[in-house]
Amino acid sequence: MFNKVLLKNMVRPDSHTLRTYEATGGYKALANMLEKFSPDEVIDLVKRSNLRGRGGAGFPTGLKWSFVPKNVEKTPYLCCNADEGEPGTFKDRAIMEKDPHLMLEGMIIAAYAIGAKTAYIYIRGEYELCITRVEEALKEARSKQYLGPNILGSDFSLDVFVHRGAGAYICGEETALLESIEGRRAQPKLKPPFPAVEGLYKSPTVINNVETFACLPHILERGADWFSSIGPEGSPGPKLFCLSGQVNKPGLYEAPMGMTLRDMVEEYGGGACSGRIKAVIPGGVSAPLFPESELHIKLDFESLAAAGSMLGSAGVIVLDDSACVVQVITRITEFFNHESCGKCTPCREGLDWCAKILRRIEMGKGTLEDLDQLEKLCSTIYGNSFCALGVGASWALQSALKHFREEFVRHIDEGKCPFQ
Amino acid sequence: MMEISGSVTEQIKQAAKNYPNRRSAIMSALYLAQKNYGCLTEEVLEAVANTLNVPEIWVFELATFYSLYHTKPIGKFHIQLCTNISCLLNKSAAIQGYIETRLQIQNGETTDDGKFTLSTVECLGSCDKAPALMVNETYYENLDVRRTGEILDQLNGDN
Repeated sequence: MFNKVLLKNMVRPDSHTLRTYEATGGYKALANMLEKFSPDEVIDLVKRSNLRGRGGAGFPTGLKWSFVPKNVEKTPYLCCNADEGEPGTFKDRAIMEKDPHLMLEGMIIAAYAIGAKTAYIYIRGEYELCITRVEEALKEARSKQYLGPNILGSDFSLDVFVHRGAGAYICGEETALLESIEGRRAQPKLKPPFPAVEGLYKSPTVINNVETFACLPHILERGADWFSSIGPEGSPGPKLFCLSGQVNKPGLYEAPMGMTLRDMVEEYGGGACSGRIKAVIPGGVSAPLFPESELHIKLDFESLAAAGSMLGSAGVIVLDDSACVVQVITRITEFFNHESCGKCTPCREGLDWCAKILRRIEMGKGTLEDLDQLEKLCSTIYGNSFCALGVGASWALQSALKHFREEFVRHIDEGKCPFQ
Repeated sequence: MMEISGSVTEQIKQAAKNYPNRRSAIMSALYLAQKNYGCLTEEVLEAVANTLNVPEIWVFELATFYSLYHTKPIGKFHIQLCTNISCLLNKSAAIQGYIETRLQIQNGETTDDGKFTLSTVECLGSCDKAPALMVNETYYENLDVRRTGEILDQLNGDN
């Protein structure tokens, strides 16, 4: 029986306040850590828990921290990626609105581990309530010495500031996020150097996702073995799933990873609205979709990667049999085209072409040659774009062309969208 | 030449203390200036650059890159309707059609009285409560045409 970990406090009244957080044992993990753990011991604990980043790439968190060089002249920075913008994703919003201290305690733990004295939380500008709640939480934490100079009487000090985003999906990419904090246009930078070595203000920098931070106090409190015993070996720990689209019970669910896509839609979501699933996007719109025949695939990092998709942000979007895949992938491609930062040609020009061709097909004015052209464009963008935005966009489009080619052909043959 | 008002200048200088250099404070300054002046005209952008003592181009390039900054005037109520996938699948197009017909504007336009601007936007993170829109900084979720009508009625009465 799985007991909720990340969502359990959110049902309490005033769950966002320090009083409620403390009443449920909040900040005890921090106090205990400062008393009993060295920074290296915290890194080791998180490594052993096998916590993998909850932002999209699933990189092992402890390993990422261990890349920060020791005893260098420049003090490391910590950043929280709260620029949640992957369509179909709303988990970080819930944490920041309803349990901001959980994220904050995780950040303080991480900052201690890597030796950071300053941290920034990059929150997307649309998330007004998140910004308000996190600012309030920072104030409350400072007033009780959980933040600021000499935290809880130790020699560890930390300042945390909110950086308000202003509408750019690309800021979810970590180097673009750092550029944005530095006051520049958010365009990704070449790696290496990786941020852990040279990031914000040319200092070593760790960037973790909101949900990743939210896992940390629990790992400190209950141990690495407890965490790694939940779910499949390669994808351990409690996980938030954002379920939306044409499904009877959309919402934010917490479960161990490793359940099948079908169980997520049928058991958690109460089935597709029309009763018949056509396709499921497993991890936000960058993740290739699966047709109904492949819903036995499991929702975890390794199973989805092996099946040619990804867990990504765990934004599970359901299409029932009334949905038009061509319309959906057209809108997705238009989204990526709109959000392309313009730095590299394959993404900037390629996605513009793809979007125009797709819109033409959706309107019934496409040709069969257009489908070949789309295939060619996808393979040109994939692997040649500067960052993952172009990769995700072309990957998603390829999956629609592969699994639903007959729907594209019907649009072309009938000269109109057959679903309207 | 325009100057940023004293209280906003104070807030900008306060925000700048959070960073090791002034360039990092430009986004905070743009947010504060837009909140106060409504729109980031060239005059306002120049004044922001002067307040932070940074080159104007640094300010201008951010104001035109990020979509939440407005360099042209917008209505008193900025309706931002999500049209991304989960909202699309939950019939955001019907909401858009209703708003366009009722306000007699298309996406991107402002009503003649300057009261409403309609923009279709990308995912707002309300996917489980789709379709959704924002008016200025307030979220409205689980919309249908009737509820959207009520929201517009309420905003119309709210002068």
